[in-house]
Amino acid sequence: MSVVVVAEHLRGEVREVTHELVSAGESLGPVSVALIARDPTPLIAAVNVEGVSEIVTLAAGADEFESDTYEQALEALIAERKPRIVLVGFTVNAMGYASAVAARLGLGFASDVHQVSLEGDAVIATRSFYGGKVDAEVEFPGAETVILALRPTVWAPAEGVGSAGVSSLDLSLSPARARHVEFLEPAAASDVDITQADFLFSVGRGIGDADALPELEALATRMGGTLSVSRPVVDAGWMPSSRQVGQSGKTVKPKVYLALGISGAVQHLAGMKSSGTIIAVNTDPEAAIFGVAHYGAVADLFDVVEELEKLY
Amino acid sequence: MRVLVCVKQVRALGDEVEFTADGTDVDPDYLDAALNEWDSYATEEALCVREAHGGEVVAVTCGPKESEAALRRCLAMGADRALRVDGVESHDPLCVARALAEVVREESPDLVLCGVQSSDSVQAATGTALAGLAGLPHVAVVTKLELGTGSARVHRELEGGLLDVVDVDLPALLTIQTGINQPRYANLRAIKQAEQVEIAVRQAGDTAAGSRVRRMFVPSRGDAAEMLGGDPAEVARRIAEIVRERVA
Repeated sequence: MSVVVVAEHLRGEVREVTHELVSAGESLGPVSVALIARDPTPLIAAVNVEGVSEIVTLAAGADEFESDTYEQALEALIAERKPRIVLVGFTVNAMGYASAVAARLGLGFASDVHQVSLEGDAVIATRSFYGGKVDAEVEFPGAETVILALRPTVWAPAEGVGSAGVSSLDLSLSPARARHVEFLEPAAASDVDITQADFLFSVGRGIGDADALPELEALATRMGGTLSVSRPVVDAGWMPSSRQVGQSGKTVKPKVYLALGISGAVQHLAGMKSSGTIIAVNTDPEAAIFGVAHYGAVADLFDVVEELEKLY
Repeated sequence: MRVLVCVKQVRALGDEVEFTADGTDVDPDYLDAALNEWDSYATEEALCVREAHGGEVVAVTCGPKESEAALRRCLAMGADRALRVDGVESHDPLCVARALAEVVREESPDLVLCGVQSSDSVQAATGTALAGLAGLPHVAVVTKLELGTGSARVHRELEGGLLDVVDVDLPALLTIQTGINQPRYANLRAIKQAEQVEIAVRQAGDTAAGSRVRRMFVPSRGDAAEMLGGDPAEVARRIAEIVRERVA
């Protein structure tokens, strides 16, 4: 059962999700790590961790991610090696190429996978549906190769120094039709840095509109905390993105994370699930946030806020 | 400029769940339908392109007759016409992408916009798979679009909010992230008018899937949260206690 892990890198650094993929792959079969970059050599050491059998360099394209390069490189590698399983991260980069390869080559495919197992020769992936309220076991009948995009931070990253051999695959690619130009840093926190707070008082879509925010922020401050928000609050333009917790915002690890009216989309959970103590208040008893919370209450956030105001 | 917007009628699960007899999906009686949130941003972006550059906005969905509600929402927002591909009932994004690829071939759009992901399946895969099948240049998770001549400059939003500025040749497919714009509300008159619009229906051809759900179930929450009982006053008192205790 051969496994290919596609390494993810950004600005010359291998991203941690790569090591998580190695760790997931190890239990399935011998792991080959594919390094796709204009010059893969400086990245080799960082992917040579315990559990890696082989590193395949695919020197192609630009320094940074470009979808056409990744697709052509991965297609060439699959044609050459015929791996049973290809593991990629459920990341923005992989969202930009993995399913295109799977569709074109007629492979099996599933994303946001949080568990993988083998039943004989069959690959079984577990992923969530309906807001994380139910899980499903997914199978891939007839597919010789299956691409799985694994949810980040589920598998512990592989560590140590491996002894993998290095080989290379020569590619001749057509020019990229979507080209990296430059990176722009996210807007810096002008007021507060939510990653430094010991206590985050976090609100989500449940607040309904922007009117309640000044009052909520004042309460957060009186409680000794900092106000943070989930993505919908930023999308609506009610708070700056510097206050956003989640995959596309900040990853936080306060001593206490109080989630009010946050249902717990997987991208939000990725940014806060390592918090010391998580308290969630939501009107929906099945909300996914209760799956990571240490304490939960099924209640209207404004009823609880009203009572908190009497205490502070 | 012809902009094709691919949308999905998503289904949300409430407080209770029952499964279908074969155990591979949730009983539809326990699901509420709506236009996928990401797709409302994609539709708005398509309308903005039309307003700036002229042309038409065509909304398409794959699914049964009920999914036309999503298309009517797009029409009420301002889409010029809508079409539905019937015969695709799968959770599988590759299956949906194959059905949509036939529409792209027929419509030859200058730009295809999809939402990044659907709120009920969160595969973040259909748009990119469609681009692969249709041979279109593509960028996923776009938070800004500036159309030029023959190409577009877009922002791709990476983890942590880092932006990747990308130049993409046209025609192209983009998957649109929430927050790129503020989707307009449809007024009542527009909603009523949209109900009268005829929606073209075509049958899906090849819809080979990349996966099949064999079992759906409620996950066990091993170390589930300790639930704080009592009225809101009691809940607030306990929260205050925990905060005082843990935040030294």
